Amino acid sequence: MSALMEIRDLTRTFGGGRTIFGTTKPSLQAVRGLSLDLKKGETLGVVGESGCGKSTLARMLVGLDKPSTGTIRLDGEDLTTAGTRALARRVQYVFQDPVSSLNPRQTIRTILEAPMRHLLGLRSEEREKRLQALVEDVNLRPEFLERYPHEFSGGQAQRIGIARALAAEPDIIVLDEPVSALDVSVQAQVLNLLDRLKTERQLTYVFISHDLSVVESVSTRVAVMYFGSVVEEAPGRAMFRAPLHPYTQLLIGSAPIPGRKRGKTADDIAELPDPYNPPPGCPFAPRCPKVEADCRESTPPLEAKDRGPEHKAACFHPLATAERAGSTPPS
Amino acid sequence: MTAIIAKRLLAAIPVLVGLSVIVFLMIALIPGDPATAILGSYATPENVARLNADLGLDKTLPQQYLAWISGVLQGDFGRSYALNRPVIDIVLERFSATLLLAGAALILATIFGLLAGIVSAVRQFGLADKTITLVVLIGISVPSFWLGLILILFFAVRIQLFPASGMVAIYGGGGPRDILHHLVLPAVTLAVVATGVIARLTRTAMLEVLRQDYIRTARAKGLSERRVIYRHAFMAALVSVIPVIGIQAGFVLGGAVYIETVFQWPGVGAMLVNAISQRDILLVQGGVLVVAASYVLFNLAADVCQTLLDPRLK
Amino acid sequence: MTTAATNTEAQPHAGRKQRSERPSTLALLVNNRLAAAGLVILGVIVATALAAPILPLADPNATNPAGRLAPLFSEGHILGTDALGRDTLSRLIWGARVSLAVGFSASVIAAVVGSAIGLVAGYAGGRTDQVMMRLIDMLMAFPYILLALAIVAILGPGLINALYAIAIVNVPFFARNIRGITIGLARREFVDAARLSGKGPLRILGSDILPNVLPTIVITLSTTVGWMILETAGLSFLGLGAQPPQADLGSMLGEGRKVLFTAPTISLVPGLMIFLIVMSINLIGDGIRDVLDPRLRSGALARPSFRTAILPDRARPASMIDQAATLDVKNLETQFRMGSEVYRAAGGVDLRIARGECLGLVGESGSGKSVTAMSLMGLVPSPPGVIAGGLIGFKGEDLAEAPDKRIRELRGGAVSHVFQDPLATLHPLFPVGDQLVEAIRAHQRIGRSEAETKAEDLLALVRIPNPAARMKALPHELSGGLRQRVSIAMALANDPELIIADEPTTALDVTVQAQVLRLMDDLRRERDAAVLFITHDFGVVSEICERVAVMYAGRIVETGRTDEILKEPTHPYTRMLIDCVPVMGEPERRLDAVPGRPPPVNRLPPGCAFADRCPRAQADCRSGDIPLEAKRGSLEARCLHPLQPGESLT
Repeated sequence: MSALMEIRDLTRTFGGGRTIFGTTKPSLQAVRGLSLDLKKGETLGVVGESGCGKSTLARMLVGLDKPSTGTIRLDGEDLTTAGTRALARRVQYVFQDPVSSLNPRQTIRTILEAPMRHLLGLRSEEREKRLQALVEDVNLRPEFLERYPHEFSGGQAQRIGIARALAAEPDIIVLDEPVSALDVSVQAQVLNLLDRLKTERQLTYVFISHDLSVVESVSTRVAVMYFGSVVEEAPGRAMFRAPLHPYTQLLIGSAPIPGRKRGKTADDIAELPDPYNPPPGCPFAPRCPKVEADCRESTPPLEAKDRGPEHKAACFHPLATAERAGSTPPS
Repeated sequence: MTAIIAKRLLAAIPVLVGLSVIVFLMIALIPGDPATAILGSYATPENVARLNADLGLDKTLPQQYLAWISGVLQGDFGRSYALNRPVIDIVLERFSATLLLAGAALILATIFGLLAGIVSAVRQFGLADKTITLVVLIGISVPSFWLGLILILFFAVRIQLFPASGMVAIYGGGGPRDILHHLVLPAVTLAVVATGVIARLTRTAMLEVLRQDYIRTARAKGLSERRVIYRHAFMAALVSVIPVIGIQAGFVLGGAVYIETVFQWPGVGAMLVNAISQRDILLVQGGVLVVAASYVLFNLAADVCQTLLDPRLK
Repeated sequence: MTTAATNTEAQPHAGRKQRSERPSTLALLVNNRLAAAGLVILGVIVATALAAPILPLADPNATNPAGRLAPLFSEGHILGTDALGRDTLSRLIWGARVSLAVGFSASVIAAVVGSAIGLVAGYAGGRTDQVMMRLIDMLMAFPYILLALAIVAILGPGLINALYAIAIVNVPFFARNIRGITIGLARREFVDAARLSGKGPLRILGSDILPNVLPTIVITLSTTVGWMILETAGLSFLGLGAQPPQADLGSMLGEGRKVLFTAPTISLVPGLMIFLIVMSINLIGDGIRDVLDPRLRSGALARPSFRTAILPDRARPASMIDQAATLDVKNLETQFRMGSEVYRAAGGVDLRIARGECLGLVGESGSGKSVTAMSLMGLVPSPPGVIAGGLIGFKGEDLAEAPDKRIRELRGGAVSHVFQDPLATLHPLFPVGDQLVEAIRAHQRIGRSEAETKAEDLLALVRIPNPAARMKALPHELSGGLRQRVSIAMALANDPELIIADEPTTALDVTVQAQVLRLMDDLRRERDAAVLFITHDFGVVSEICERVAVMYAGRIVETGRTDEILKEPTHPYTRMLIDCVPVMGEPERRLDAVPGRPPPVNRLPPGCAFADRCPRAQADCRSGDIPLEAKRGSLEARCLHPLQPGESLT
C-alpha cells in the first residue's frame, strides 16, 4: 500500500516574532517535527491528552492552519501552502461540536449545498439529486433540508456535519473528536454510520480522540501524541496488546473500564513540561518510571523496535512484552 | 504594581502622540486659508503675517507638526487672538474648574450608580428594582441641558436653595463652602446620565456574575448570602464595571460642555463653545488637547485598577 | 445496526414551539409593554412631524413682534409664542422633524461605517485589525462630545456639520462592538466549515458572518439612536448646530433659555419633546434587545436565589426517613417552571446512601442526575427551579423542612460538593488558599493563621506538591488536575459526612482522571465519608462506587450493586447503555446504538418513559405508574418485563 498522504517534519509555532520595542514575544510549539504516513483506506487513530497538539495537527491537515515548517503531500503533490480550497477538495473535516459547526442562520440545504457549489461547481439539478441521496445516506429525512440547525439534537447535527464533509466528495476525512460531545447512547449511532460510509465510499479516516476505547474500536492504525510529537505508532491491535512507550502504557492503564477496579497507581502529578520553555530530551522523562540519564539529554527518534517495522516508538528504553502489568482487560 | 503602571504608561504614549496629531491636524483641515479663518475679524495684515510665521505654514506638514509639538511640550500653545492672551494660561485657569465639576459628578455617579445597580440586581424583579429601572431609564433619556434649566427654575428661582449660576458668589464669595454651594446643582445635573449608565451596567454585570458556577461554589461552601453577594459577586462584577466608569469619565468631561454653558460655570467647556463661535481655533486646539490628554491618563488609571483587581489580565 | 440508526428519526426539536414556551414571565411582559408604549409615543411624534406640511399650522418662521411671549393656551397659539412672536406649536413640530431626520441619518451613517470597519477588522485580524483599531482607539481617546466640538470647530457651525460630527463620534462605538462579535464568530467552527466548503473570505463575511452580526448591529443602533438625537440637539443648543432661522428642538431650547426666567415654557416645551423622543426610542431599544438577545430571551439572566424554592404544599410521601442512612431521599420531585410549561427534571427520585458508602448516579445528559444532586442542598437555580415534592433525609432530618440557617450550616460542613469544571467553579480573582481559608472559617471558629495552616495541610492531603507556594496561586495558574485537587481539598475542609461529586473527573484527561479517582477513593475511605458520585461513565463507576443508580427521564430505573448491574442488569435501558459504549480490550465488540431519544421531561408519556425505545415493550408498559421493585439479587428496577440472567435483548 502506498501512502495517500505524507506528512514530513511538520511543526506549528504560535506567537514568536518581535514586539514594536524589539523584544521577542514568547513562542510555543504546538506541533514539533511530526512525520506520519496515511495509507489509502485505513483509519488512523490519533490519541493524546489535552495540549498534545492533536487538534493543531488536524487543522493543518485540512488547511485551516498553515504549518510553520514541514510538508504535507497528497498523492505526491505538495499541498502544504496551497490553502484551504485546494486541500478541501480532497480532505474534509468533521468537527467536535456538531451544533457550533453549523451556521445557526442557514438551512441545512444551504449548508450542504455550499461545498457542491463552491468546490465541485455543480449545477442546481445535479446538486438537488445529490442532496437527496446524501441526506438518506446519513439517515436523515429529506424534509430536514429546509430546517435550521437549532431544531436538531446533537446526534442529528453531527450527522449533518458528516454529510457536509461528504458533499465535497473527499478521499480523506479528518474526524476531530467526532463523538466526544455526544451522549454515549448516540455515540454508537455515529460510530456505526462512519463505519458504513467508509466501506461504501472507500474513504480514508484520520480519527482524533482522547478516548482510547473509541480509538481502539475504530482504528486500523494508531499514533499516540505527547507534547507535540508522535511517541508511538503501530497497528491498533498490536499497540493496545503490548505498547512500547511508557506513556502509551500509562494511557492504557488509566482508562477506566466497566467492571474493573484498578490497583494502586503510581503517584504521578501529570504535569506537562512548560511549552514556552521545554526541557531538553524526552518530554515524558519527568513522569517516566523507566527514565535514565540519556532520556534527559537528547530526544529519542521515532523508530521501529523489536516488534516489526510497523510498530515504532520514540523511546530509548521501550517496554518489553512481559513488562505490562495491572492493565489486563477482562476477556 | 510599578511594572504594570510603567507598561500601561508606555502603551499610552502612542495614543497621546496620535491624539496630538489629530488635534494638530485641526488647523490643516480647516477649509480655506487657516490664518484668515483663525483670525477672522482680527485679521489685520500684521496679524496674518505673524500667525503665518507662528504656524510655519510655509513648511511641510511633518515639519509644522514637530515645531508645534515641541512648542506644546514647553507649554506654548499659541495665542488667543480673541482674548489676546497665551492659550495655555486661559486653558489651565479654566481646566481646574472643569476638573472640579467633572470630578464631583463622576464621584456621585460612581457611588450612586454602583449602589443602585447592586440593589437592583439583588432585588431583581422586586419593587426596588422596578423603581430603579424606571428612574434610570428617565435619567439616561433626559437632555442634561434641559434638566439643568428645570433644576435652576426649581432650586434657584422657586425655593432659592442653591445659586443659579457661576462658581463663586460675586460679593464675598470664593471660600470652599461657597464653591461647594455653587457646585451642587451643576454636579448633580452632570452626574445624572452617568449614574444611569453605571447603574444599568452594574445590574447586568451582577446578574451575569451571580449565575456563574463559582457563586454556586461559594454557596455550597456555606458562606452567608451577604458574603456571597458583596464579596464574591461584587468583586467579580467590579472588574467589568471599572472600564465603564473610565468611559463615563469621558462622557462626563464632554457633558460638562452643556452644563458649564447652562450654569455659566467658568470651565473649559463653556470656553470651547465661545471659542468655536468666535472661530478662535488655537484656543479650541489647546482646550481639546488638554482635556483629551487628561482623559487618556484617567483611563490609564482605570486600566491599572482593573488589572490590580483581576490578576488574569497581567 | 443500520436499521436501528434509521429508526432514530423522531421529530427534530419542535424549535419554534419551544421558543414560545420560554418565559413569558412578568418581567418580560412588562418590558414588552414598555416597548409598546415607546412605539406608540414615537409613532405619534414621527407621524405628526411627517405630516407637518399638511397640518394647519402657522408659518414657523413668521415673526410677530406685537404678539411676542404669548402664554400657553392663548388664542391661536396653543403653546404660546416665542420672543419673536413665532408660534411655538408650529416650531415644535417642524423642529421635531429636523431633529428626527438629523438624528436618524447620523445613526445610520455611524452604523454603516462603524459596522463595516468592525466586520473587516474582526475578520481580517492581524495587522489590518491592529491598524484599524489603533485609529479607532485614537478617536475613543477623546471625551465623547469634545470630539464633536473639535469637528464642528473645523467644519464650522451648521446642522449638516453637526450631523457629520455626531456620526463620526459614534463610529468607534459601532466598530468596537461589531469587531468584538465578529472576532468571536470568526473563531466559531461554522466559519471554518464555510472555508472548507470552498468559500472565499468576502463570501464568508457576507453570507456567514454578517447574518449573525446583524442582530447586534440592530441592538446597538436601537440603543444609540436616542443618544445621537440627544447629542445633535445638544450641539444646536450650544448654537453650533441649526442656525437661525432654521430651528431644531435643540436650538429652540437654546434660544428659549435667554428668556428662561420670564417665559420658562418656551425652553421647557422643546426640552420635553426631546425627552419624550429619546425616552420612547430607549424603551423600544430595550424591547428590541430583549427580543434579539438570546440570553435575555431565555430568561437566563434571572438571579438564582440562596436556595431552591420549595413548594409549601408539596407532596410528602407517607414513609418515614431511615434514621441510620446518611442520605435517604424519597420521591424527590424537582421541576423547572418556565411560563406555562413544567419540566419534571427529577420526577420522583429515591436514593439511599449508607454511612461511608459510595453510590454512583449514572445517566445521560438531561436524565436529571445533576438536578437531583443539586436539589439536596437547594443549589438548583431558582427561578426557574422548584422542589415540588418528596423528602430529603439526611441522618434522619428532612432537609426540605429545614430552615435556611440550618442549610447554610450543612453546606460545606457536613455535606460538601465537588463540581465538574474546576476552572469555572473556583472564584477567578481570589487565591486558592484564601478560598480554602474562607471555607474553613465559614464553619470553624478559628483565627486566620490557624485556618491557613489547616488549608496548607489540606493541600498536602490532596497531594499537591509544594502546598505553601500554591496557597497564593490563582485558579488559572494551576493545571486542571491541580485545580480539581483544590476543589476536593475544599470539600474535605470541614470533615463532611456526605460528599456530592457532580462529574468531578469529566473535564480531566484520562491520566489525571485516574489519579483524581484514586485520591477520592482513598480519602473517602480514610474519612469514612459517604459519596454521591454523578457520572455518565460505567468505567468510572467501577473504579469507585459500591452501588449504582441508573437514571432515565427524571427517575431511577435501576439500582443495585455495581458488579451485579454491570454483569447482568435487569432493566433493558441499563443493558443498552452498557452495550453501546466501546470497551478497551474488546475492539471487535459490536456497538448497539440505542434507537430514538428520551422523551422531553415536560411531555412524559404515561407508563414507562423508555417504552418507545425498548425492544421488549408491551402494551402494559404504556400505562400506569411502574414501581421500582426488587428483581433479583441486590437489583431493583422499574420494569414490567425485566431481563433474566443470560437473556439477550433481541
